[in-house]
Amino acid sequence: MNLTLKIWRQKNAKDKGQMVDYKINNISPDMSFLEMLDVLNNELVEKGDDPVAFDHDCREGICGMCSLFINGEAHGPDRGVTTCQLHMRMFKDGDTIYIEPFRAKAFPVIKDLVVDRTAFDKIQHAGGFISVNTSGNTQDANAIPVPKHDADRAFDAATCIGCGACVATCKNSSAMLFVSAKVSQFALLPQGKVEATERVLNMVEEMDNLGFGNCTNTGACEVECPKGISLENIARMNREYLKASFR
Amino acid sequence: MAKSALLKSSIGKKYWMALTGLFLCVFLVGHLVGNLQLIFGDASAFNEYALFMTTNPAVKILSYLTYLSILFHAIDGIVLTIQNKKARPIGYAKNNASSNSAWQSRNMAVLGTLILIFIATHMTNFWAKMHFSEMPLQSEIVNIQGQELEIYKTVQGQPIPANAVQMGQVEIKGTGFYETGSDFKIADGYKDLHKITIEFFKDPAYGLAFTIFYVFSMIVLAFHLLHGFKSAFQSLGANNPRYNGLITTVGNGFAIIVPLLFAIIPLYIYFVK
Repeated sequence: MNLTLKIWRQKNAKDKGQMVDYKINNISPDMSFLEMLDVLNNELVEKGDDPVAFDHDCREGICGMCSLFINGEAHGPDRGVTTCQLHMRMFKDGDTIYIEPFRAKAFPVIKDLVVDRTAFDKIQHAGGFISVNTSGNTQDANAIPVPKHDADRAFDAATCIGCGACVATCKNSSAMLFVSAKVSQFALLPQGKVEATERVLNMVEEMDNLGFGNCTNTGACEVECPKGISLENIARMNREYLKASFR
Repeated sequence: MAKSALLKSSIGKKYWMALTGLFLCVFLVGHLVGNLQLIFGDASAFNEYALFMTTNPAVKILSYLTYLSILFHAIDGIVLTIQNKKARPIGYAKNNASSNSAWQSRNMAVLGTLILIFIATHMTNFWAKMHFSEMPLQSEIVNIQGQELEIYKTVQGQPIPANAVQMGQVEIKGTGFYETGSDFKIADGYKDLHKITIEFFKDPAYGLAFTIFYVFSMIVLAFHLLHGFKSAFQSLGANNPRYNGLITTVGNGFAIIVPLLFAIIPLYIYFVK
């Protein structure tokens, strides 16, 4: 496959940045999208140019490190996959592919396609945890009975890898799908109920303070989420917040 | 611990958007039932309804709630839109948003602004006239023993012959009929909103333009409701696979049927009446 790539290049956080065109040839349709970028970077390095900076880690679709807004969609045109699991067979020979960083005020660009997603960590620090004894005499988790239905829904919420595709996709740069998944995974389990009130209030306050936008229920996040996190979680967070407000 | 912020937080704003929106949906139904009398009722039925709507104390409370809801819904919407624009200072060179969300869900602010403009013109044309300006009182021609006679309808029931007014025995002050030169009120007339409405849409110069603008505004309203109705339920936390289908079906039905019935009325007046 021969492709034209339009890639966002930005030297550092202060640089203005711009889209730059690259031609790339002989790409196999079996390559992953990141492997295609590896090939491009090899060529750039051989020419003595600065390679394109992009995030990646496990390349198995479970770490949440890779990002990229490809042809107008977070993690590209495929559904239920991260960019590392996106394959070049989703594109056609001769295609022009736009590659941009995830855009949000709360996700500032560090370099090229790499953005700072520390904001998600800050939200987690505000309440995305349960306080338990970890000194060695921890209670067996299976000692607490959990209804299967609740356990399944909590697990579904916990599959969120915190990649930020929801924020990148949302026209308002809202982080509600991420925050609601983190609120839900605990709210559904007995271990999480103890701190449920503080959790939802603190996490929502932190989310608002970090400059994420407001949710307007377009549902785009749910469609683009590589882990299929459902809007039901946002509704649950809305209920949790209301409950917490009157406690 | 953070305090709940039911007004300022992102989730608090959702609740208010949903509550005021749903209240306005209820208002739409009430308004529609009244308006349909322009098709199914006569002038008296419509004017009696108009009088009831402007004088009944319970309706008054509801109408103030409606004004507040419109204001709050609009202000909340403007605040949300400004904050949301600020949340992404640099946009995408290419954004394939149509692949993941419905057009109306991404354009609620534009649709809402158009509806606000419509409400402003609509209230100027009808509401303000009904409340603040001199209105013609409802009269009709009746046939008594082969003689055509114009009479004013009154709230008290006893009609007042128009020639009593013409001959100066009775004078009209506001909506009341008075004995000429005295403060003795004989009866109250009906403000003829029916006539004002028919004449508005049948205006030889602008009637067609008013009708088209009205129908266009109802199409805008339909799109606004198509997202807004079910969105309100999600905002209030009502999302359950068991009844999501029902909410969507009822919401879509509401969003199409209510604006459609509203839009039929000016079309009926312009083309049929």
